[in-house]
Amino acid sequence: METFVQQLINGLTLGSIYALVALGYTMVYGILGLINFAHGEVVMTGALIALAVCKALLATALPPLLILLIGLTVAAAACMALGWTIERIAYRPLRNAPRLAPLITAIGVSIVLQQLAMLFWGRSYHSVPALLPETTYDILGARISAVQIVIMLAAAISMAGLIVLVQRSKMGRAMRATAEKPEVAALMGVDANRIISLTFIIGSALAALAGVLVSANYGIAHYQMGFLLGLKAFTAAVLGGIGNIGGAVLGGILLGVIEAMGAGYIGDLTGGVLGSNYQDVFSFMVLIAVLVFRPSGLMGEKVSERA
Amino acid sequence: MQDLKKKVLGTALIGVALAILPFLIGMGFGNAWIRMLDFALLYIMLALGLNIVVGFAGLLDLGYIAFYAVGAYVYALLASPHFGLHWPLWAILPIGALVAGVFGMVLGAPTLRLRGDYLAIVTLGFGEIIRIFLNNLNAPVNITNGPKGIAGIDPLTKSIDLFGFQLNSLYLNYYLFVVLALLIVVVTMRLEDSRLGRAWVAIREDEIAAKACGINTRNVKLLAFAMGASFGGVAGGLFAGFQQFVSPESFGLFESIMVLCMVVLGGMGNIPGVILGAVVLTVLPEVFRQWAGPMQMALFGQTYIDPESMRLLLFGIALILVMRFRPMGLLPSSRRKAEFEHAAEEGAQA
Amino acid sequence: MTVLLQAKDIAKHFGGIRALKDVSLTINAGEIYGLIGPNGAGKTTFFNVITGLYQCDGGEIIFAGKPLHVESPHEVTGAGIARTFQNIRLFAEMSALENVMVGRHLRSKSGVLGAVFRTAATRAEEAAIREKATGLLDYVGIAAKAGIRAASLSYGDQRRLEIARALATEPKLLALDEPAAGMNATETAGLRALIEKVRADGTTVLLIEHDVKLIMGLCDRVAVLDYGEKIAEDVPAVVQKDPRVVSAYLGVPYEQ
Repeated sequence: METFVQQLINGLTLGSIYALVALGYTMVYGILGLINFAHGEVVMTGALIALAVCKALLATALPPLLILLIGLTVAAAACMALGWTIERIAYRPLRNAPRLAPLITAIGVSIVLQQLAMLFWGRSYHSVPALLPETTYDILGARISAVQIVIMLAAAISMAGLIVLVQRSKMGRAMRATAEKPEVAALMGVDANRIISLTFIIGSALAALAGVLVSANYGIAHYQMGFLLGLKAFTAAVLGGIGNIGGAVLGGILLGVIEAMGAGYIGDLTGGVLGSNYQDVFSFMVLIAVLVFRPSGLMGEKVSERA
Repeated sequence: MQDLKKKVLGTALIGVALAILPFLIGMGFGNAWIRMLDFALLYIMLALGLNIVVGFAGLLDLGYIAFYAVGAYVYALLASPHFGLHWPLWAILPIGALVAGVFGMVLGAPTLRLRGDYLAIVTLGFGEIIRIFLNNLNAPVNITNGPKGIAGIDPLTKSIDLFGFQLNSLYLNYYLFVVLALLIVVVTMRLEDSRLGRAWVAIREDEIAAKACGINTRNVKLLAFAMGASFGGVAGGLFAGFQQFVSPESFGLFESIMVLCMVVLGGMGNIPGVILGAVVLTVLPEVFRQWAGPMQMALFGQTYIDPESMRLLLFGIALILVMRFRPMGLLPSSRRKAEFEHAAEEGAQA
Repeated sequence: MTVLLQAKDIAKHFGGIRALKDVSLTINAGEIYGLIGPNGAGKTTFFNVITGLYQCDGGEIIFAGKPLHVESPHEVTGAGIARTFQNIRLFAEMSALENVMVGRHLRSKSGVLGAVFRTAATRAEEAAIREKATGLLDYVGIAAKAGIRAASLSYGDQRRLEIARALATEPKLLALDEPAAGMNATETAGLRALIEKVRADGTTVLLIEHDVKLIMGLCDRVAVLDYGEKIAEDVPAVVQKDPRVVSAYLGVPYEQ
């Protein structure tokens, strides 16, 4: 039982992070039909910038929480600028090109960001100073740390904020309209370019938050940390139904929990044949299974083609 | 008759050029460049295989390298100390192709109902799954030897004596690769200009209309996966015998993306374009790597940036630039060029 | 008069919307049969059901004496029903000739081995495909445009090309979804002549159209759908005067 609760806690933590990143993927896909391969690298950039700022500020006498907030703010601002720039330079010129061109460009941007990070910060694993209290609590026989609680809370609050924004605000309406029918939205006076830039900016801000949270969770930041995380988060977005914001949240959390459960139980399930090193396989298998039986994802709409 | 004469002459010239190429390169630049040529040929085979899936049938496969891996490991398992088997080349290659082809169908089957990007992510997932299995199938039963890989694989060819002139395996490998690459080129060309090839393009252009024409899209798509995968399997087998060592590291997402880039940058769907893409993306990075270090020394007196990282950085930048300014690739088919221009017009009108 | 296609109580709904409700109609061999009705009446839905794009939620279809299993469009084409599309679905970047050659897919069989080894049988088949396709382009009147990219053809020629491609599958029933849409009087007259030629050469034709003049002049019998139900099925002259049909199209006279 303790394993179950512990893995559940771990899974929810991980899933919260996946969900935050998945939101960026799903928003961009919903509005542009593009898989923003570079998004994972934006997460990584956020983590590393926050780390640099926090390390610099550690020398001062500022309280750790404040340092963390400042680091997060700087990282968010940087990532927002980065996301905006990527869209303007790499994706906007290809707005009308057939699908593969923006995809390859996204891959190119991803590679460039990773290599630049490596040149800047080197290949080593940087340890992240503990700026959050190190307390843990016992719950139902398992351990939950303050960091984990913060992660889940921060993620939940931001996602709730985003959903409110998208569902209730004028800007959110404009975003949804542009995602569905850009030409008609334009006829209604919506400036598609602004909305698209906004989508990238919001997604990047969430990415920065995710980057900070994930490096706090694992205590390390590394120039390659964005790759696998981005991949999994995108998988989560697809799982939930790409383009669907609620789906991204659901998919992210579900994927996190499945992975944690898988890692915890896979040994038992397969009689010791497969170990927890197959954890990643688990996530992909779930994805494939879902897509085979529900091709549009869990919350995705069934797109029936009008002949 | 004039046409035929020209064709025969042209083919003969190409044949002679290909035959003496390794000697010229070897004398001019050294044996390392012959190895690079061999790799270029391997990638040509891979790119042509992926071209069938992505270029002809329009199925975005981001996990193609898995078939290369399958072919390589089949060779490794059948011709190395690992299991103590030492089967001959001509027996293993067809088996590798067949096994890879089966994998192609198995991995392709779940994707048949999926829309473009979902298909991409699922194929990506499959590619990763294969790699993870290769990395971990060393317990409880040691099949793949895990991350350590399989070493000591039997070489593809052994040096022979030809009229007292020694042809070492370096050159023999090259000729073997050239012959197989040419075979694959011919097969691809024939597939393109056939009932099946047309069916693939029809599916790519409009799947619903293709079905209305009586095309069993499910089977035809599976065939695309199978054919493409089998080419990858052949190339993989050759790779294993060439390197004499395989490990899961060589078969990751990055490699899948490389092959995809060769197809896209070269000119998707167009056989000469794809060949060009494979050659360019194999040769240029090598050239760069050889000269980046010395060049920096000459200009700055020290190397600021490690050529390896710069290589990747430039690769990423190149991708962005090519997609920005020539998205249809270096040598697009006239069809594809028209598609891009068509899409641009429609977009501009919207 | 032999019955070629018999639809019995076809029902189709999308979520809460009942697109088709107990639609039954009979098409005789050798007829030109029209299907009309106001927009949204379910005509294209019915089309999509009998050509396998949608599965019906009730009812059955008997085609050429056998029940029609509409699991997949390509099987329907194999059974002998070929269709065109309301929004013209050509293979845009293929030439006109290649489009029709794809239509021959069903009536040819060479596969991977034939393609790779270029056997004599395959080469002969390819030549036959090419010849038949060229013949069909000529039949519909666009032989001169054989090498032209389908997307570059004029609208009228594209419609003809789609018909040629459908005919390439050697159907018993040719189902045309608004073939005259967007055509002027001259083009429509040409289309009418083509449809009559197709019928005269032994293919039954099912036609959805809005051009009332075309339907009334061309069709042997007409069925009218309204809100997913069949409200009339008879010769044009009778249907034209049916009060239910009139009110479906024009509404009920305004009562003071």
